[in-house]
Amino acid sequence: MTMNNWLIWPESVVLSVLVLLLIAMILLYAARVPMHGLIRSLGQALGGSLRLAARWLFGAAEEMKRRNKEVLLAQGRRETGQRIEREFERLGILVKRDLQGYPVLQRRLLEEVTRIEEDYKKCGEVPPPPPDWVEAVAAVAQIKTGGGEVVQKILEEIKLTIERIHEKALAEYRTSFEERHDILESTMPYWRSVDQLLKQVDKKISGLQDGASAVDAQMVKYQQIAAKTEQAETNLTNSAFTQFTIATLVLAVALGGAFVNFKLIALPMSEMVGAADYITASLRTSEVAALVIILVEASMGLFLMESLRITHLFPRIAELSDRTRRRMIWISLVLLVTLAGIEAALALMRDMLIADKQALLQSLAAQQTVVSEGWVGRIPTAGQMILGFILPFALAFVAIPLESFIHSARTVSGVVLVNLVRALAFVLRVLSNLSRHASRVLLHFYDLVVVIPLMIEHLVKSVRFRDAEAKTPALDAPAPKSKSLLSGGRS
Amino acid sequence: MIRRTFLASCIAAALAAGTAGCVDPRNQAHAVYMLVDTSGSYSQEAAKAQLIISYLLGTLQPGDSLAVARVKSRSFTEKDIVAKVTFDTRPTQANAQKRAFREKTGAFLDTVKGSVYTDITGGMIQGAEFLRETGAGRKTILIFSDMQEELDKVTIRDFPIDLKDIRVVAVNVTKLNTDNIDPRRYLGRLDAWGKRVKGAGAAEWRVINDLERLDAIFGRG
Repeated sequence: MTMNNWLIWPESVVLSVLVLLLIAMILLYAARVPMHGLIRSLGQALGGSLRLAARWLFGAAEEMKRRNKEVLLAQGRRETGQRIEREFERLGILVKRDLQGYPVLQRRLLEEVTRIEEDYKKCGEVPPPPPDWVEAVAAVAQIKTGGGEVVQKILEEIKLTIERIHEKALAEYRTSFEERHDILESTMPYWRSVDQLLKQVDKKISGLQDGASAVDAQMVKYQQIAAKTEQAETNLTNSAFTQFTIATLVLAVALGGAFVNFKLIALPMSEMVGAADYITASLRTSEVAALVIILVEASMGLFLMESLRITHLFPRIAELSDRTRRRMIWISLVLLVTLAGIEAALALMRDMLIADKQALLQSLAAQQTVVSEGWVGRIPTAGQMILGFILPFALAFVAIPLESFIHSARTVSGVVLVNLVRALAFVLRVLSNLSRHASRVLLHFYDLVVVIPLMIEHLVKSVRFRDAEAKTPALDAPAPKSKSLLSGGRS
Repeated sequence: MIRRTFLASCIAAALAAGTAGCVDPRNQAHAVYMLVDTSGSYSQEAAKAQLIISYLLGTLQPGDSLAVARVKSRSFTEKDIVAKVTFDTRPTQANAQKRAFREKTGAFLDTVKGSVYTDITGGMIQGAEFLRETGAGRKTILIFSDMQEELDKVTIRDFPIDLKDIRVVAVNVTKLNTDNIDPRRYLGRLDAWGKRVKGAGAAEWRVINDLERLDAIFGRG
């Protein structure tokens, strides 16, 4: 259909278009009221529905947040409770170990103190004996010499005797001091022993204090969680995000290790299960077999960690009796070691296969065979074997970050989902407002299209109103306000 | 009890399927049939044929098939197949087979004698038959020739042939003296072969003259 088909007078395009526009304007004017109603209804229906949906989503987000909080707090309470239990266990062991030996320590300390006390008493300063002879000397000194020879001689004798006695007393005094010094010297080890014992006591008391502080900190945390405070929720959420990030990083590293492991055993597996079997168009059976071996190793590692009670992913394993659990530990360990041994052998085979392929290519290219590099050339082989043996054990530890990842993923995904729902609700709210405003804009635009008939209508109304006013001049009723040209009401 | 048996059967079936492979292994295999022209002056190019065979042996994987056949006056016969092998799925066995194959083809190429006529069409029909029997997913006929077909008066080859889903690659298509005089003869000859091969339903027609670009044999060039 061409443009000319629409023209009333194809030879006069402008006139035809003007007439068409006029007809359209008249038709649109005639349909103005129902069209206004339709646009308004559509706007309200769309806006209302979107608003309702937004409100429902906001409600759902709040509900999800509440549930997340409950789950998070319950999880936090359980974990903190377990930590407190563990701290108490440690504290109990500490108290049992240290305070059990405390009576012995106290007895030793008392013995040492008693010895020191005794020695102290022994080395107390003994005053020199009272100088009885001092009075005799004083009496002799009062004797007048008178120049008598006898007296002189007696005095000299006395002097000599006194000097002798003095020297003897001095020697005894010195000996006594030496003995006391010896006693004091002999108390040195006791002092050292006491010092060591006191240090031991101090260390043990400090350990107890640290343990008590840790319990206190956990208790505060537990109380906050039990009180369902915002702080506790924020802390737990932050902790979950941190755990999630760390676990993801460690799992990524483990995946890298698994990839290296896969590369090590994929080629030799083709020797075992064949290189020409395919599971899908591009996936070889040998590759799947290698992958299965790696996954079995990871599973064995998981069971080992569960049996050792390092992880708690399977409550069933945790509930097993100690005897069964110990058996499970041994079975997992033996299987893991066996698989590690197989991997080491496969790594060796990989090297042999590559060497064989290399030799074939050289023979096809009619090149000289490269001379073996001796022990240097065996380093990669040994490295591959060691890697093949170690990687399964390294993969076994993946269970720990996996557990953290699974536990923290619940919280992280919950928070992300709540935010997504909120964002969606916000978008719906905006769309609701937009649709309402769009309906108003459409109404105004419609009136703009039929502006000429509306102006005529307004003019006719004004004339009628003036005529009516002229016919009833006595009436002093207030004149009705003329409606706006662009108002949506029926004229 | 029945449920347990059913579950066990399901697991066993899944394991069996996993072990045997869910996809037909032959669909992933590659089969190559190499025609070596031994007519007239082209027999001098035998050393280059050995180079191509070595490339094929180095490139084909366990489970793939390879056959080398000579193009004589009449080539539609199994007797013209010099050596054929389907490589073992185990890489070590496959490597041993490749060594044996190389020795066999090497001995043939060392003692090759020129034939009077050149029946390329007969060789292609024989090759297509061999490739279909292998059941391989990818099938390639490699023609080591100057592509100048010469038939005696008795031999009939002017009928439509079937090369459906087979890639045809002409390698080392040397120029004849007459081609040097009028290159249109050479180009016309290749064009005629291309049309005939495509008309026979071949998946691809390709000419490789540069032996350093042999990776194009497998459509990687």
